[in-house]
Amino acid sequence: MAIPRFWREIPSRYNLIGTECGNCGKRYFPPRIICPQCHRKSFGKMKNVRFTGSGEIVTYSVIHNAPKAFEMQVPYIIAIIEFEEGVRATGQIIDCEVEDVKIGMKVSPAFRKIGEDGKSGVIYYGYKFKPA
Amino acid sequence: MEVGIVSYGAYVPRYRIKPHEIAAVWGVDGDAMSKGLGIQSKSVPGPDEDVITIAVEAARIALSRCKIDTKDIGSIYVGSESHPYAVKPSATIVAEAIGATPDLTAADYEFACKAGTAAIQTCAGLVGSGSIKYGVAIGSDTSQGAPGDALEYTASAGGAAFIIGSENVIAKINRTCSYTTDTPDFWRREGEKYPSHGGRFTGEPAYFKHIISCAGNLMKKQDTKPSDYNYAVFHQPNGKFPVSVAKKLGFTKEQIKEGLLTPVIGNTYSGAVMIGLAAVLDVAKPEDRILMVAYGSGAGSDSFDITVTDEIEKLNRNGTQSVSALIKNHKFVSYATYAKYMGKIHLRGA
Repeated sequence: MAIPRFWREIPSRYNLIGTECGNCGKRYFPPRIICPQCHRKSFGKMKNVRFTGSGEIVTYSVIHNAPKAFEMQVPYIIAIIEFEEGVRATGQIIDCEVEDVKIGMKVSPAFRKIGEDGKSGVIYYGYKFKPA
Repeated sequence: MEVGIVSYGAYVPRYRIKPHEIAAVWGVDGDAMSKGLGIQSKSVPGPDEDVITIAVEAARIALSRCKIDTKDIGSIYVGSESHPYAVKPSATIVAEAIGATPDLTAADYEFACKAGTAAIQTCAGLVGSGSIKYGVAIGSDTSQGAPGDALEYTASAGGAAFIIGSENVIAKINRTCSYTTDTPDFWRREGEKYPSHGGRFTGEPAYFKHIISCAGNLMKKQDTKPSDYNYAVFHQPNGKFPVSVAKKLGFTKEQIKEGLLTPVIGNTYSGAVMIGLAAVLDVAKPEDRILMVAYGSGAGSDSFDITVTDEIEKLNRNGTQSVSALIKNHKFVSYATYAKYMGKIHLRGA
Protein backbone atom coordinates (compact mmCIF):
# COMPACT_ATOMS: atom_id res chain seq x y z
CA MET A 1 0.00 0.00 0.00
CA ALA A 2 1.23 3.49 -0.80
CA ILE A 3 2.25 5.40 2.33
CA PRO A 4 0.15 8.52 1.47
CA ARG A 5 -2.98 6.38 1.05
CA PHE A 6 -2.50 4.66 4.40
CA TRP A 7 -1.73 7.97 6.09
CA ARG A 8 -4.90 9.54 4.66
CA GLU A 9 -6.96 6.63 5.92
CA ILE A 10 -5.55 6.61 9.50
CA PRO A 11 -8.66 8.25 11.07
CA SER A 12 -10.99 5.56 9.71
CA ARG A 13 -8.56 2.67 10.17
CA TYR A 14 -7.59 3.53 13.78
CA ASN A 15 -10.72 5.16 15.13
CA LEU A 16 -13.55 4.10 12.81
CA ILE A 17 -14.25 7.64 11.65
CA GLY A 18 -16.93 7.65 8.96
CA THR A 19 -19.19 10.35 7.59
CA GLU A 20 -22.80 11.43 7.83
CA CYS A 21 -24.60 13.33 5.09
CA GLY A 22 -25.82 16.68 6.44
CA ASN A 23 -28.59 16.63 3.84
CA CYS A 24 -30.24 13.19 4.22
CA GLY A 25 -28.59 11.92 7.43
CA LYS A 26 -27.27 8.70 5.89
CA ARG A 27 -24.06 7.43 7.46
CA TYR A 28 -21.09 5.93 5.64
CA PHE A 29 -18.08 3.83 6.54
CA PRO A 30 -15.43 4.16 5.18
CA PRO A 31 -15.98 7.91 4.89
CA ARG A 32 -17.31 9.47 1.70
CA ILE A 33 -16.66 12.97 0.44
CA ILE A 34 -20.03 13.14 -1.34
CA CYS A 35 -23.31 11.36 -0.44
CA PRO A 36 -24.13 9.02 -3.36
CA GLN A 37 -27.84 9.71 -2.81
CA CYS A 38 -27.79 13.50 -2.46
CA HIS A 39 -24.89 14.19 -4.85
CA ARG A 40 -24.17 17.93 -5.07
CA LYS A 41 -26.70 18.72 -2.36
CA SER A 42 -24.29 17.08 0.09
CA PHE A 43 -21.33 19.28 -0.93
CA GLY A 44 -19.72 20.70 2.19
CA LYS A 45 -22.30 19.01 4.38
CA MET A 46 -20.56 15.68 5.06
CA LYS A 47 -19.75 15.50 8.77
CA ASN A 48 -17.27 13.19 10.45
CA VAL A 49 -18.84 10.56 12.72
CA ARG A 50 -17.01 8.16 15.03
CA PHE A 51 -18.53 4.68 15.07
CA THR A 52 -18.22 2.34 18.06
CA GLY A 53 -17.33 -0.67 15.91
CA SER A 54 -19.49 -2.86 18.13
CA GLY A 55 -22.08 -4.86 16.27
CA GLU A 56 -22.81 -8.29 14.90
CA ILE A 57 -21.63 -10.59 12.14
CA VAL A 58 -23.89 -10.39 9.07
CA THR A 59 -21.97 -13.07 7.17
CA TYR A 60 -18.49 -14.51 7.09
CA SER A 61 -16.05 -16.60 5.13
CA VAL A 62 -13.21 -18.83 6.34
CA ILE A 63 -10.04 -18.20 4.34
CA HIS A 64 -7.83 -21.22 3.67
CA ASN A 65 -6.05 -19.92 0.58
CA ALA A 66 -4.69 -16.56 1.63
CA PRO A 67 -2.75 -13.72 0.04
CA LYS A 68 0.98 -13.93 0.85
CA ALA A 69 0.82 -11.42 3.72
CA PHE A 70 -1.79 -13.51 5.54
CA GLU A 71 -0.42 -17.01 4.90
CA MET A 72 0.76 -17.30 8.52
CA GLN A 73 -2.77 -16.81 9.80
CA VAL A 74 -4.76 -19.43 7.83
CA PRO A 75 -7.40 -20.55 8.45
CA TYR A 76 -8.83 -17.16 9.43
CA ILE A 77 -12.23 -15.53 9.35
CA ILE A 78 -13.27 -12.51 7.28
CA ALA A 79 -16.71 -11.13 8.08
CA ILE A 80 -19.11 -8.34 7.26
CA ILE A 81 -20.03 -6.60 10.49
CA GLU A 82 -23.09 -4.42 10.97
CA PHE A 83 -22.23 -1.76 13.54
CA GLU A 84 -24.85 -0.84 16.10
CA GLU A 85 -25.10 2.51 14.25
CA GLY A 86 -26.30 0.64 11.14
CA VAL A 87 -23.29 0.89 8.79
CA ARG A 88 -21.36 -2.18 7.65
CA ALA A 89 -17.66 -2.91 7.40
CA THR A 90 -15.52 -5.85 6.34
CA GLY A 91 -12.91 -7.09 8.76
CA GLN A 92 -11.04 -10.03 10.17
CA ILE A 93 -12.45 -11.86 13.21
CA ILE A 94 -9.71 -12.63 15.72
CA ASP A 95 -9.41 -14.41 19.07
CA CYS A 96 -12.10 -16.80 17.80
CA GLU A 97 -11.82 -20.37 16.57
CA VAL A 98 -13.12 -21.11 13.07
CA GLU A 99 -15.67 -23.59 14.51
CA ASP A 100 -17.02 -20.98 16.95
CA VAL A 101 -17.89 -18.18 14.52
CA LYS A 102 -21.62 -17.67 13.88
CA ILE A 103 -23.85 -15.30 11.94
CA GLY A 104 -25.41 -12.89 14.44
CA MET A 105 -22.44 -13.19 16.81
CA LYS A 106 -21.74 -9.99 18.79
CA VAL A 107 -18.31 -8.48 18.17
CA SER A 108 -16.32 -5.48 19.34
CA PRO A 109 -13.41 -3.74 17.62
CA ALA A 110 -9.74 -4.52 18.30
CA PHE A 111 -6.57 -2.68 17.25
CA ARG A 112 -4.24 -4.95 15.31
CA LYS A 113 -1.47 -5.06 12.75
CA ILE A 114 -3.07 -5.33 9.30
CA GLY A 115 0.07 -5.61 7.20
CA GLU A 116 3.53 -4.29 6.48
CA ASP A 117 5.63 -3.32 3.49
CA GLY A 118 8.17 -6.09 4.03
CA LYS A 119 10.63 -6.17 6.93
CA SER A 120 11.97 -2.67 6.28
CA GLY A 121 8.72 -0.95 5.32
CA VAL A 122 5.91 0.78 7.15
CA ILE A 123 3.64 -1.27 9.44
CA TYR A 124 -0.07 -0.77 8.84
CA TYR A 125 -2.40 -0.86 11.82
CA GLY A 126 -6.16 -0.85 11.91
CA TYR A 127 -9.37 -2.45 13.11
CA LYS A 128 -10.25 -6.10 13.39
CA PHE A 129 -13.09 -7.59 15.43
CA LYS A 130 -13.21 -10.00 18.34
CA PRO A 131 -16.09 -11.79 20.07
CA ALA A 132 -17.79 -9.33 22.46
CA MET B 1 -1.06 18.84 44.53
CA GLU B 2 -2.25 15.24 44.80
CA VAL B 3 -0.86 13.26 41.87
CA GLY B 4 -1.81 9.70 41.14
CA ILE B 5 -3.54 7.13 38.98
CA VAL B 6 -6.84 8.26 37.44
CA SER B 7 -7.51 5.04 35.54
CA TYR B 8 -5.69 1.95 34.31
CA GLY B 9 -6.00 -0.87 31.82
CA ALA B 10 -4.07 -4.07 31.21
CA TYR B 11 -3.86 -6.29 28.17
CA VAL B 12 -2.46 -9.81 27.79
CA PRO B 13 -2.58 -11.68 24.45
CA ARG B 14 -4.78 -14.78 24.43
CA TYR B 15 -2.22 -17.41 23.48
CA ARG B 16 -0.16 -19.37 26.01
CA ILE B 17 2.62 -21.93 25.81
CA LYS B 18 3.72 -24.34 28.55
CA PRO B 19 7.40 -24.79 29.49
CA HIS B 20 7.05 -28.50 28.69
CA GLU B 21 6.31 -27.67 25.03
CA ILE B 22 9.49 -25.60 24.80
CA ALA B 23 11.60 -28.09 26.78
CA ALA B 24 10.53 -31.00 24.52
CA VAL B 25 11.98 -29.21 21.48
CA TRP B 26 15.37 -28.66 23.11
CA GLY B 27 15.62 -32.02 24.88
CA VAL B 28 15.32 -30.49 28.34
CA ASP B 29 13.32 -31.73 31.35
CA GLY B 30 10.10 -29.66 31.23
CA ASP B 31 9.17 -30.36 34.83
CA ALA B 32 12.59 -29.21 36.01
CA MET B 33 12.39 -25.98 33.94
CA SER B 34 8.84 -25.29 35.16
CA LYS B 35 9.81 -25.87 38.78
CA GLY B 36 13.17 -24.11 38.53
CA LEU B 37 11.68 -20.96 37.03
CA GLY B 38 8.31 -21.09 38.83
CA ILE B 39 6.50 -20.92 35.48
CA GLN B 40 3.39 -22.88 34.45
CA SER B 41 2.79 -21.02 31.19
CA LYS B 42 3.65 -17.79 29.38
CA SER B 43 1.67 -15.54 27.05
CA VAL B 44 2.38 -15.48 23.32
CA PRO B 45 1.38 -12.58 21.06
CA GLY B 46 -0.85 -13.38 18.08
CA PRO B 47 0.65 -12.96 14.59
CA ASP B 48 -0.99 -9.53 14.30
CA GLU B 49 0.00 -8.27 17.75
CA ASP B 50 3.00 -6.18 18.75
CA VAL B 51 3.99 -3.60 21.38
CA ILE B 52 1.85 -0.94 19.72
CA THR B 53 -1.35 -3.02 19.46
CA ILE B 54 -0.94 -4.14 23.09
CA ALA B 55 -0.33 -0.54 24.20
CA VAL B 56 -3.41 0.69 22.33
CA GLU B 57 -5.65 -2.06 23.75
CA ALA B 58 -4.46 -1.31 27.31
CA ALA B 59 -4.85 2.47 26.86
CA ARG B 60 -8.34 2.07 25.39
CA ILE B 61 -9.41 -0.03 28.39
CA ALA B 62 -8.03 2.64 30.74
CA LEU B 63 -9.94 5.35 28.87
CA SER B 64 -13.18 3.33 28.77
CA ARG B 65 -13.20 3.18 32.56
CA CYS B 66 -13.10 6.92 33.21
CA LYS B 67 -14.65 10.02 31.72
CA ILE B 68 -11.70 12.10 30.62
CA ASP B 69 -11.52 14.07 27.39
CA THR B 70 -8.69 12.59 25.31
CA LYS B 71 -7.80 16.13 24.22
CA ASP B 72 -6.78 16.79 27.85
CA ILE B 73 -3.98 14.21 27.57
CA GLY B 74 -0.74 16.18 27.51
CA SER B 75 1.78 13.37 27.30
CA ILE B 76 2.09 9.75 26.20
CA TYR B 77 5.17 7.68 26.92
CA VAL B 78 5.47 4.06 25.82
CA GLY B 79 8.11 2.01 27.60
CA SER B 80 9.31 -1.18 25.88
CA GLU B 81 12.39 -3.16 24.90
CA SER B 82 10.64 -4.52 21.79
CA HIS B 83 9.31 -1.45 19.96
CA PRO B 84 8.30 -2.51 16.42
CA TYR B 85 10.31 0.32 14.88
CA ALA B 86 13.94 1.12 15.71
CA VAL B 87 13.22 4.64 14.46
CA LYS B 88 9.62 5.92 14.60
CA PRO B 89 7.88 6.22 17.92
CA SER B 90 5.30 3.73 19.15
CA ALA B 91 3.84 6.60 21.20
CA THR B 92 2.68 8.60 18.16
CA ILE B 93 0.65 5.64 16.87
CA VAL B 94 -0.85 5.05 20.33
CA ALA B 95 -1.65 8.77 20.65
CA GLU B 96 -3.44 8.76 17.29
CA ALA B 97 -5.32 5.54 18.08
CA ILE B 98 -6.75 6.93 21.31
CA GLY B 99 -7.62 10.30 19.80
CA ALA B 100 -5.12 12.34 21.82
CA THR B 101 -3.27 14.01 18.91
CA PRO B 102 -1.99 16.59 18.09
CA ASP B 103 -1.57 18.83 21.15
CA LEU B 104 0.62 16.64 23.34
CA THR B 105 4.16 15.42 23.78
CA ALA B 106 4.94 11.78 23.02
CA ALA B 107 8.05 9.62 23.20
CA ASP B 108 9.25 6.07 23.60
CA TYR B 109 11.23 4.83 26.56
CA GLU B 110 13.63 1.90 26.77
CA PHE B 111 15.01 0.58 30.05
CA ALA B 112 14.69 -3.22 29.81
CA CYS B 113 11.82 -4.18 32.14
CA LYS B 114 11.32 -0.82 33.86
CA ALA B 115 10.67 1.51 30.93
CA GLY B 116 6.95 1.64 31.80
CA THR B 117 7.48 2.78 35.37
CA ALA B 118 9.93 5.44 34.13
CA ALA B 119 6.98 6.65 32.02
CA ILE B 120 4.79 6.85 35.16
CA GLN B 121 7.46 8.95 36.89
CA THR B 122 7.70 11.36 33.94
CA CYS B 123 3.92 11.75 33.71
CA ALA B 124 3.66 12.27 37.47
CA GLY B 125 6.34 14.96 37.25
CA LEU B 126 4.57 16.78 34.41
CA VAL B 127 1.20 16.60 36.18
CA GLY B 128 2.73 17.65 39.50
CA SER B 129 4.39 20.70 37.93
CA GLY B 130 1.09 21.75 36.38
CA SER B 131 2.46 21.39 32.82
CA ILE B 132 -0.20 18.89 31.75
CA LYS B 133 -3.63 17.76 32.97
CA TYR B 134 -3.27 14.05 32.20
CA GLY B 135 -0.38 11.85 31.13
CA VAL B 136 -0.58 8.29 29.81
CA ALA B 137 2.22 5.96 30.89
CA ILE B 138 2.41 2.59 29.15
CA GLY B 139 4.64 -0.44 29.62
CA SER B 140 4.27 -2.96 26.79
CA ASP B 141 6.46 -5.74 25.47
CA THR B 142 6.55 -8.73 23.12
CA SER B 143 9.86 -9.99 24.40
CA GLN B 144 11.89 -12.70 22.72
CA GLY B 145 14.32 -15.16 24.20
CA ALA B 146 16.79 -16.87 21.86
CA PRO B 147 15.55 -20.37 20.90
CA GLY B 148 16.70 -22.82 23.57
CA ASP B 149 17.87 -20.07 25.95
CA ALA B 150 16.49 -20.03 29.51
CA LEU B 151 14.76 -16.75 28.63
CA GLU B 152 12.60 -18.54 26.07
CA TYR B 153 10.64 -20.14 28.92
CA THR B 154 9.68 -16.79 30.45
CA ALA B 155 9.85 -13.95 27.85
CA SER B 156 6.21 -13.18 27.09
CA ALA B 157 3.86 -10.44 25.90
CA GLY B 158 1.53 -7.98 27.59
CA GLY B 159 1.18 -4.45 28.78
CA ALA B 160 -0.63 -1.95 30.93
CA ALA B 161 -1.53 1.71 30.66
CA PHE B 162 -1.93 4.16 33.53
CA ILE B 163 -3.57 7.55 33.21
CA ILE B 164 -1.82 9.92 35.59
CA GLY B 165 -3.55 13.07 36.79
CA SER B 166 -4.54 15.14 39.80
CA GLU B 167 -8.34 15.00 39.62
CA ASN B 168 -10.49 11.98 40.53
CA VAL B 169 -7.35 10.08 41.55
CA ILE B 170 -8.13 6.42 42.38
CA ALA B 171 -4.67 5.75 43.80
CA LYS B 172 -2.39 8.50 45.08
CA ILE B 173 1.34 8.23 44.39
CA ASN B 174 2.76 9.29 47.79
CA ARG B 175 6.36 9.06 46.64
CA THR B 176 8.51 7.45 43.99
CA CYS B 177 12.25 6.95 44.07
CA SER B 178 14.82 5.18 41.93
CA TYR B 179 18.13 3.36 42.27
CA THR B 180 20.39 3.25 39.21
CA THR B 181 23.83 1.80 38.45
CA ASP B 182 25.77 0.59 35.41
CA THR B 183 25.32 -3.19 35.68
CA PRO B 184 25.69 -5.27 32.49
CA ASP B 185 23.33 -8.13 33.44
CA PHE B 186 21.16 -8.20 30.29
CA TRP B 187 21.36 -6.40 26.96
CA ARG B 188 20.56 -6.53 23.28
CA ARG B 189 22.91 -4.87 20.79
CA GLU B 190 21.53 -2.77 17.92
CA GLY B 191 20.39 -5.04 15.06
CA GLU B 192 20.45 -8.20 17.14
CA LYS B 193 17.21 -10.19 17.22
CA TYR B 194 17.70 -11.83 20.61
CA PRO B 195 19.03 -10.46 23.90
CA SER B 196 22.03 -11.76 25.86
CA HIS B 197 22.38 -12.06 29.60
CA GLY B 198 24.94 -12.73 32.27
CA GLY B 199 23.42 -16.00 33.52
CA ARG B 200 23.57 -16.21 37.32
CA PHE B 201 25.00 -12.68 37.41
CA THR B 202 21.43 -11.43 36.79
CA GLY B 203 20.49 -12.37 40.37
CA GLU B 204 22.38 -10.95 43.35
CA PRO B 205 24.29 -7.92 41.93
CA ALA B 206 21.47 -7.00 39.56
CA TYR B 207 17.85 -7.86 40.47
CA PHE B 208 18.21 -8.32 44.23
CA LYS B 209 20.63 -5.47 44.92
CA HIS B 210 18.58 -2.89 43.01
CA ILE B 211 15.14 -3.90 44.25
CA ILE B 212 16.21 -4.25 47.89
CA SER B 213 18.10 -0.91 47.84
CA CYS B 214 15.31 0.94 46.04
CA ALA B 215 12.50 -0.46 48.23
CA GLY B 216 14.62 0.16 51.34
CA ASN B 217 15.29 3.78 50.35
CA LEU B 218 11.61 4.42 49.70
CA MET B 219 10.45 2.92 52.98
CA LYS B 220 13.13 4.89 54.83
CA LYS B 221 12.03 8.16 53.21
CA GLN B 222 8.38 7.39 53.90
CA ASP B 223 9.10 6.04 57.38
CA THR B 224 7.16 2.84 56.58
CA LYS B 225 7.75 -0.85 57.15
CA PRO B 226 6.59 -3.88 55.14
CA SER B 227 3.60 -4.48 57.42
CA ASP B 228 2.25 -0.99 56.54
CA TYR B 229 1.43 -2.24 53.04
CA ASN B 230 -1.58 -4.34 52.07
CA TYR B 231 -0.01 -5.31 48.75
CA ALA B 232 3.48 -5.42 47.26
CA VAL B 233 4.34 -5.89 43.59
CA PHE B 234 7.93 -6.67 42.65
CA HIS B 235 9.39 -7.10 39.20
CA GLN B 236 8.87 -10.71 38.23
CA PRO B 237 11.33 -12.04 35.62
CA ASN B 238 10.39 -15.54 36.76
CA GLY B 239 8.17 -17.00 39.46
CA LYS B 240 10.97 -17.35 42.00
CA PHE B 241 12.83 -14.00 42.22
CA PRO B 242 9.84 -11.91 43.42
CA VAL B 243 8.99 -14.46 46.14
CA SER B 244 12.59 -14.48 47.29
CA VAL B 245 13.02 -10.66 47.25
CA ALA B 246 9.73 -10.23 49.15
CA LYS B 247 10.98 -12.58 51.84
CA LYS B 248 14.34 -10.79 52.06
CA LEU B 249 12.56 -7.44 52.48
CA GLY B 250 10.14 -8.81 55.08
CA PHE B 251 6.95 -9.08 53.01
CA THR B 252 4.62 -12.08 53.29
CA LYS B 253 3.43 -14.34 50.47
CA GLU B 254 -0.07 -13.00 51.10
CA GLN B 255 1.06 -9.43 50.32
CA ILE B 256 2.57 -10.35 46.94
CA LYS B 257 0.02 -12.99 45.84
CA GLU B 258 -2.40 -10.69 43.99
CA GLY B 259 0.25 -8.95 41.89
CA LEU B 260 2.34 -12.01 41.06
CA LEU B 261 1.32 -13.08 37.56
CA THR B 262 4.54 -14.36 36.00
CA PRO B 263 3.79 -18.01 36.91
CA VAL B 264 0.81 -17.96 34.49
CA ILE B 265 1.62 -15.25 31.92
CA GLY B 266 5.43 -15.20 32.01
CA ASN B 267 7.65 -12.13 32.19
CA THR B 268 5.94 -9.34 30.26
CA TYR B 269 9.05 -7.16 30.75
CA SER B 270 7.93 -3.48 30.74
CA GLY B 271 4.40 -4.71 31.40
CA ALA B 272 5.33 -6.94 34.36
CA VAL B 273 4.90 -4.81 37.50
CA MET B 274 2.34 -2.65 35.74
CA ILE B 275 0.01 -5.59 34.98
CA GLY B 276 0.69 -6.74 38.56
CA LEU B 277 -0.38 -3.32 39.86
CA ALA B 278 -3.47 -3.45 37.62
CA ALA B 279 -4.38 -6.85 39.12
CA VAL B 280 -4.02 -5.37 42.63
CA LEU B 281 -6.13 -2.30 41.72
CA ASP B 282 -8.81 -4.69 40.37
CA VAL B 283 -9.45 -5.88 43.94
CA ALA B 284 -8.08 -3.04 46.12
CA LYS B 285 -10.25 -1.13 48.59
CA PRO B 286 -10.00 2.52 49.65
CA GLU B 287 -7.10 3.19 52.05
CA ASP B 288 -5.18 0.10 50.87
CA ARG B 289 -1.47 0.85 50.61
CA ILE B 290 0.62 -0.65 47.81
CA LEU B 291 4.39 -0.87 47.31
CA MET B 292 5.46 -1.39 43.71
CA VAL B 293 9.11 -1.91 42.76
CA ALA B 294 10.16 -2.33 39.14
CA TYR B 295 13.54 -3.55 37.99
CA GLY B 296 15.15 -2.98 34.63
CA SER B 297 18.40 -4.59 33.59
CA GLY B 298 21.29 -2.33 32.84
CA ALA B 299 20.30 -1.54 35.64
CA GLY B 300 17.82 0.29 37.81
CA SER B 301 14.78 0.10 40.03
CA ASP B 302 11.79 2.44 40.42
CA SER B 303 9.74 2.15 43.59
CA PHE B 304 6.31 3.62 44.29
CA ASP B 305 4.40 4.12 47.53
CA ILE B 306 0.71 4.20 46.57
CA THR B 307 -2.47 4.71 48.59
CA VAL B 308 -5.86 3.74 47.12
CA THR B 309 -8.57 6.43 47.48
CA ASP B 310 -12.39 6.36 47.77
CA GLU B 311 -12.57 7.23 44.05
CA ILE B 312 -11.70 3.64 43.15
CA GLU B 313 -15.23 2.60 44.05
CA LYS B 314 -16.54 4.75 41.15
CA LEU B 315 -14.31 3.06 38.54
CA ASN B 316 -15.74 0.21 36.45
CA ARG B 317 -13.42 -2.62 37.43
CA ASN B 318 -15.61 -5.58 36.49
CA GLY B 319 -16.17 -7.64 33.41
CA THR B 320 -13.97 -8.79 30.60
CA GLN B 321 -11.40 -6.04 31.16
CA SER B 322 -10.11 -7.23 34.54
CA VAL B 323 -6.71 -8.90 34.70
CA SER B 324 -8.26 -12.13 36.00
CA ALA B 325 -10.62 -12.22 32.99
CA LEU B 326 -7.67 -11.66 30.63
CA ILE B 327 -5.83 -14.55 32.27
CA LYS B 328 -8.85 -16.85 32.06
CA ASN B 329 -9.35 -16.15 28.33
CA HIS B 330 -6.51 -18.23 26.95
CA LYS B 331 -5.62 -20.84 24.37
CA PHE B 332 -2.56 -23.08 24.59
CA VAL B 333 -0.44 -23.43 21.46
CA SER B 334 2.22 -25.88 20.36
CA TYR B 335 5.87 -24.90 19.89
CA ALA B 336 5.34 -25.01 16.11
CA THR B 337 2.50 -22.47 16.30
CA TYR B 338 4.49 -20.38 18.78
CA ALA B 339 7.48 -20.36 16.42
CA LYS B 340 5.21 -19.30 13.55
CA TYR B 341 3.54 -16.49 15.55
CA MET B 342 6.86 -15.21 16.90
CA GLY B 343 8.43 -15.01 13.45
CA LYS B 344 11.01 -17.66 14.23
CA ILE B 345 10.33 -19.42 10.92
CA HIS B 346 12.14 -18.14 7.84
CA LEU B 347 9.80 -17.88 4.88
CA ARG B 348 10.83 -18.03 1.25
CA GLY B 349 11.24 -14.50 -0.10
CA ALA B 350 10.68 -12.92 3.32
